[in-house]
Amino acid sequence: MTEYCLPALALVMACLLALGVLAALTGPRLAYWGSLALCGTGAVAVLIYLIGGARAGSILVPFGLAGQPSVLALDGVSGFFMLLLMLAGAAATAAALDDHNRGPGTEDGTDNATAPAFPIFLGGMALTLLAGDAFALLAGFEAMSLASFALVLTHHRQPPVRAAGLLYLGMASLSALCLIAALALLSAHGASFSAMRARPPEGVRAAFVLALVLIGAGAKAGLAPLHVWLPPAHAAAPGPVSALMSGAMTKMAIYVMIRLLFDLSGPAQPIWWALPLLAMGVGSAVLGAFRANIETDVKTILACSTIENVGLVVVGLGLAMAARAADLSALAGLALGASLLHAFGHGLFKTVLFLGAGAIQHATLTRKLQRLGGLASRMPITTGCMILAAASLAGLPPSAGFASEWMLLQTVLGAVRLGGLGLQIMICVLAAGVVLAMALAASAAVRLIGVALLGRPRSAEAATAAEAGPPLRWAVLSLSCLVLMIGLFPGAVLDLAEPALRLLATGTMAERAGFMSITPTAEAPGYTAIAVLALLGLAGFAVMAVLRARAVAGHRTGPAWDCGLGAPPPWLPFGDPRLQYAGGSFAQPLRRVLGGTLLATTATLDMPPPGDPRPATYHETETDPAETALFQPTARLRTELTRFADRMQFLTVRQILTVMFGLLIGLLAFVALVEQL
Amino acid sequence: MERIVFGTLPYDVAHLLGGAVLLLSFTLLSQRRIAATINTYALQAVVIAASSCWQAYVQHAPHLYLTGALALIAKGVVIPLALHRLVRRLRLSHGVETALGIFPTMLLGVGLVTLSIMVVLPTTVQSQALTREDLALALSVVLLGMLMMITRTSALTQVIGFMSLENGLILAAVSVEGMPLVVELSVAVLVLVAFVVFSTFFLRLRAQFDSLDTRHLDRIGSAHR
Repeated sequence: MTEYCLPALALVMACLLALGVLAALTGPRLAYWGSLALCGTGAVAVLIYLIGGARAGSILVPFGLAGQPSVLALDGVSGFFMLLLMLAGAAATAAALDDHNRGPGTEDGTDNATAPAFPIFLGGMALTLLAGDAFALLAGFEAMSLASFALVLTHHRQPPVRAAGLLYLGMASLSALCLIAALALLSAHGASFSAMRARPPEGVRAAFVLALVLIGAGAKAGLAPLHVWLPPAHAAAPGPVSALMSGAMTKMAIYVMIRLLFDLSGPAQPIWWALPLLAMGVGSAVLGAFRANIETDVKTILACSTIENVGLVVVGLGLAMAARAADLSALAGLALGASLLHAFGHGLFKTVLFLGAGAIQHATLTRKLQRLGGLASRMPITTGCMILAAASLAGLPPSAGFASEWMLLQTVLGAVRLGGLGLQIMICVLAAGVVLAMALAASAAVRLIGVALLGRPRSAEAATAAEAGPPLRWAVLSLSCLVLMIGLFPGAVLDLAEPALRLLATGTMAERAGFMSITPTAEAPGYTAIAVLALLGLAGFAVMAVLRARAVAGHRTGPAWDCGLGAPPPWLPFGDPRLQYAGGSFAQPLRRVLGGTLLATTATLDMPPPGDPRPATYHETETDPAETALFQPTARLRTELTRFADRMQFLTVRQILTVMFGLLIGLLAFVALVEQL
Repeated sequence: MERIVFGTLPYDVAHLLGGAVLLLSFTLLSQRRIAATINTYALQAVVIAASSCWQAYVQHAPHLYLTGALALIAKGVVIPLALHRLVRRLRLSHGVETALGIFPTMLLGVGLVTLSIMVVLPTTVQSQALTREDLALALSVVLLGMLMMITRTSALTQVIGFMSLENGLILAAVSVEGMPLVVELSVAVLVLVAFVVFSTFFLRLRAQFDSLDTRHLDRIGSAHR
């Protein structure tokens, strides 16, 4: 039965692309319902394929470069990512349907215009995964980029959205250029993946492939220092779109990275290939997690945490590469398993969080932390699901995030056997960085949940928020159940990833990933999520029992401590909610400790002297180092070059002759110099 | 065909003529009056013609006599006369406007000659001594012609610089054995064409600005900004 899965998935992909065109004629409702049905079908098909052993296969389709068929292929790796895409796609589509149900144009009447791009976005991602040759891969990747660009511009009447869209388009073009060059280098003996596999690149060519793929796919995945586009684009897009971009699209970039660097470049690459992956990965992880603690916009916080999680996945990939180069296939399997599990888990729980953030934005018309709060009682289902997903984000046992991060840390601990002294020292630094990132991510998750959802409402909008509609509720509920199941049975996901591991790392997790528990090495003690849950439950019951036993019967009402600010005003019986501990105050300690180093934060306090009626102001700024070190110099260089070209255009006749004369003299001098040497 | 070797009469005369062309290029650079510039150019063309005929004689290549005659008639007589007439007809000023002083220009010229010797001599080790020397001289003349074009503001002196540059090309062409006639003819025709083009250019310039100074053209360019 599994041999029908590839044609079925190819059909789903083609229908998604066709649906985009059709929906442009008929309307958005068809786009969403159709996408939902197709994603559901695709998820079932790919699940059957993965359970059935994931035998690699390929078909030829009569579309492609002139006179040549394209190859569509499916194997364990693309199947695994396809499952993630279909699940996240179905949930996001349901949420988009919910947005649509709330009436045309929830914010400025432009939602419907970009609806046809939604199925094309999904179809482009599916084509990226199903591609069996360079052309199909690029076509899928570009369809994904362009459709997501259109979707980011959904609320294009707002200037920040347009700015974010342009930045995103620029980075997407950079990705495309680099990937085209990388694939051209790889396909010296044929454009199909099987031809590339037969003749993997070597030497300088391979190094160029590595650099181009890291820039091309890394920019799309949001790897530092090419992550600058990601927070504004995710914040600008509507909730379901940012959920797909963060949950699925960054994973497609990871998939392209895996496909080109692990699969098509062959296993015989040197060990130093791991270094740029590790450096970029740990840099992204720390920077993203720290920014997630500083930002004040709910979606920006989530986007920064996406940067962190992509960084962790790439660290796992780097370790897998190093282990494979050192012929430690067991360690390589563990590292790659950690990466794939984390990518899968993150793809689902981040989708929940972004859908929740979209629901919050709809309910309260704001994404600012300082205007939210107290949503737990008004949006109980959204809040519950978001808390569950945030537990994964924070890496609390027994969540999905904990399982993969535990595996990653086990790999880091095992990686001290790799390479010489230099590499070992770097891995020690890496371990510190990874742990720091995980701790910062936990802090960011606590801040997000504590400030945005719990506590008392900080604005009238937050106080009157209403729960999301049924499609979105069902989407986040079912995804949250999936996330919960992944957390309790991570071994099952690793079983699904097993064909991918065998293909890429030649190391398998089969004997180490049981249904109930996973172990880093065959004889070491493992992690059993159910047992951890049981222990935690027992401890919780014990604490509750003790508290009950020692509690005073009934309750007393007494004066609350009001920070010395006097009695609350009569219209705010619970005190002024703006006096609550908020996002900015939560971030203060971390900001003081790490902000100057990582984000060049500044704080200026303007305190008027006594007698001056001016209000005191406190102003904070932070700058991303990639912005100051990479993007602004590039922009300045571009301006300088443009000015230079402008000046050259209006040179006088004699000046033009002089320039040519100077160039000729320079050339002759060069020749003379070469002759003298 | 005997080899033209160092120390023999054919070598010495050819070297003398080539050196004279280079010297006249420097003389061109140092002229401050239009009429003298045109005369120096005519003299240079005559020397080129002589050099060409001498090469025809020692190489036993009769077609080079034709080149020499062409150079003598067209560049030694016709073009200078036409230019003199142009100066009279347009009532041009008799001075030469320079963008860079005469002395720095001469210094630059010396530097260019050094550069061309340093480029040509090491790159032509396998060739005859005379070819090497003549190529170095010819490249120097070409570079000096270019230098003249960029250090003079008047269109007329720029044209003379351009044609002196072309003299350098002819010198290179005749000093290499076995160069077919077609090349020289085409180069000569090219100069005539350039002459015609520049003449019309003079007339238009004169008609519009009452001057031959190309700085007026620069002003048009800056008007677009």
